[in-house]
Amino acid sequence: MQDRLLVVSSSPHFRAKGSTARIMFDVIIALLPAVVGAWLFFRGKALVVIGVSVSAAVLTELLMLGMRRRKPTVADINSAIITGTLVAFCVTPTLPWWAAVVGSAFGIAIAKHCFGGLGFNIFNPALAGRIFLMHAYIVPMTSWTPTYFEEREIRASEESRSAETSQQVDGESYASPLGKIKEAVLQKRPLDEVKKQLPGYWRLFVGNVGGCVGETSAALLLLGALYLLWRRIIRLHIPLAFLGSLALLTWIFGGVQMVGGEPRIHFFHGDPLFHVLAGGAVLGAFFMATDMVTSPIGPKGMLIFGFGCGTLTAVIRLWGGFPEGVSYSIFLMNMCVPLIDKFTMPKLFGADFGK
Amino acid sequence: MPSTSFKRGVHPPYFKEATREGEIGRASLPRIVRIPLEQHIGSPANPVVKLGEHVKTGQLIAEAGGYVSAAIHSSVSGRVTAIRAFPHPFGTKMPAIEIESDGRDTLSKEIRPVRDYLSLSSEEIIEGVHVAGIVGMGGAGFPTHVKLKPPKGRRIHTLILNGAECEPFLTCDFRLMLERPVEVLQGALVLKKAVSGDRIIIGIEANKEEAIESMSGAAASFGEVSVVRLEVKYPQGSELQLIKAVAGVELPKSKLPLEAGFVVQNVATSFAVFEAVAGGKPLYERVVTVAGSGVREPGNFLVRIGTLFSDLLEQAGGIVEDAAKVIMGGPMMGLAQHSLEVPVVKGTSGILVFRDSEVPVLNALPCIHCGRCETHCPSGLPTARIGLAAEFGKYDVTEALGVMECIECGCCSYVCPSKRPMTHYMRAAKAEIMTRRKREKAASAG
Repeated sequence: MQDRLLVVSSSPHFRAKGSTARIMFDVIIALLPAVVGAWLFFRGKALVVIGVSVSAAVLTELLMLGMRRRKPTVADINSAIITGTLVAFCVTPTLPWWAAVVGSAFGIAIAKHCFGGLGFNIFNPALAGRIFLMHAYIVPMTSWTPTYFEEREIRASEESRSAETSQQVDGESYASPLGKIKEAVLQKRPLDEVKKQLPGYWRLFVGNVGGCVGETSAALLLLGALYLLWRRIIRLHIPLAFLGSLALLTWIFGGVQMVGGEPRIHFFHGDPLFHVLAGGAVLGAFFMATDMVTSPIGPKGMLIFGFGCGTLTAVIRLWGGFPEGVSYSIFLMNMCVPLIDKFTMPKLFGADFGK
Repeated sequence: MPSTSFKRGVHPPYFKEATREGEIGRASLPRIVRIPLEQHIGSPANPVVKLGEHVKTGQLIAEAGGYVSAAIHSSVSGRVTAIRAFPHPFGTKMPAIEIESDGRDTLSKEIRPVRDYLSLSSEEIIEGVHVAGIVGMGGAGFPTHVKLKPPKGRRIHTLILNGAECEPFLTCDFRLMLERPVEVLQGALVLKKAVSGDRIIIGIEANKEEAIESMSGAAASFGEVSVVRLEVKYPQGSELQLIKAVAGVELPKSKLPLEAGFVVQNVATSFAVFEAVAGGKPLYERVVTVAGSGVREPGNFLVRIGTLFSDLLEQAGGIVEDAAKVIMGGPMMGLAQHSLEVPVVKGTSGILVFRDSEVPVLNALPCIHCGRCETHCPSGLPTARIGLAAEFGKYDVTEALGVMECIECGCCSYVCPSKRPMTHYMRAAKAEIMTRRKREKAASAG
């Protein structure tokens, strides 16, 4: 009756649907709305950055796997696509293409494969790539451009102005909203006057504001995040703790009032919504900090991790030298993950028995 | 009536349709049986018959090899043709008694019904269970008489009857509750008397509505018996998870249920206890679900212990040509078989056969820390962290993380998107720790 060998393996003999490749693919899907956003706001140049960055990431992944004599899997490729996209998302739309290549390659080769490849990296490879670029090419990494729509507005007003005065206006250098605030703080100017120049919440939410390729539109990022939540790829613990603590701290300490010509903290008068919507907070909280490999495993750890990210971001933004602190804070918290994991064990079944 | 449950766990597809309507059919008398001496937890039984000796159905052929052990009885009448190692469903060769049936199925004279079994004393019942060689029939195979004797100073107040049957495919317990509810209940009443308990709780998963009805019907006239509807979730039938679901008590694995006043018995065990105590019949046959896409005519069979899988599968219409995997038990905790020449043992609840297409070769990927194994672990273990430690041989770390509390239910492997052999890591770590402990004990003793 039995004329062939039977397969023997350890139980269970059933496996749920779903795979690591599929998880990665879901993240790629979730990033797509923001890719569309990148095209909407920054047009072709943003797509070039994304395309170059993704290609470089995949090629570096294949190269590193080859050097390590591993066969590439779909999960590896998908993961590299995510890293490439995220690197592109957190650089300027005008970044030279070769810099995008350097960023992606650094993230994959150094931050990922030197630590052991998929699953073993301590730092989020995309963030490592961005931070490398920030330090290597600070000027192109902080040369902001207005969005396509803003540009049109500027051109329209220029035209009307030049029609009136037939005079060219100096092209003022464009600054990101967070950059404007940091500048004002560093120059000890009152914030109220700066605030008038800042885009409103709605504009920040939609994303019609200068910034990195993929970070500007909170709306499109949240759309992708909703998909990830629905697919149960991410949980709300990290984003909520991240954005919650960022909002709380910027609300408490973010207000500035002038006392005798000197700026002083105006407690409980900060602008939490602005801090959540501006810069890379939404991108970081939902797509970078939630990277499974580099964030804590359990819910308790996730809350601590998210709280750490939000707190550090607030500290860097309010008192640090940089206008933005999302990438550094996640990067710093990545380092703490093994420790967090060690001290946030789940509660054992029956642990309370006899107590 | 709302259903109760435990935290976490998984929801595998159940696939019970193929056999849930199948009445328990009596399997034809096997021509040959190979009855292993080790079908239970504890010491193996010692043969009391000689080669060539003629034995009768139900006759004692091997006596319990100690207190934690169980007696073994012949399941056919015939001649002892071999006493040696044969392939065993646990994976290796183990000593067994081979008996060639004479086809007459002559009952041993020792088997005599007890009319007034309800008036038996606790000791008499436990003795009856002991003599009948009854072990836990849900799969674990722990000798039942041991479970019925709490240590001094402890009292068992509740007998929990396990009718959860949370493993996919299996319907043997369901059919038993449906077809023989009175016997199952009588067995429970006898068991309750043996432990001098106050009440009986019968836990049945909500997907077995007919069984809930039939058991409730049988229990209607007994005030101390209640039927609890359990949420359909795996591993609902795990002892500790079942106690949590029906009584709200969370016990660590290191504690025995009787330390909290509980004893859990499978419904099949309860049925066997009834047959043993009321009918004087030792445990030599049991209900086995034969199912899976590789079986042509799936069904539930009353099978003699020692019947070879190949024999039983033949009666289920044979197996398909591309049958690739044979499992004893359910797909979550069952044991994969390397041969069909292994016998049905007391703990064989099912024989499942799967086709080639259902047995994918899984290539495990590195852990991506998604944490799914931990969100589903019914024991609340940091499974992802234990798995990583075990993967790199850090067994002392796995021990510190509580791997010994693992019940090997398989949920972690089931949900792992990287298809990692998580449960196997747990097992490997546990085995390694046990070996180390033994070595240390031996070293300190020597």
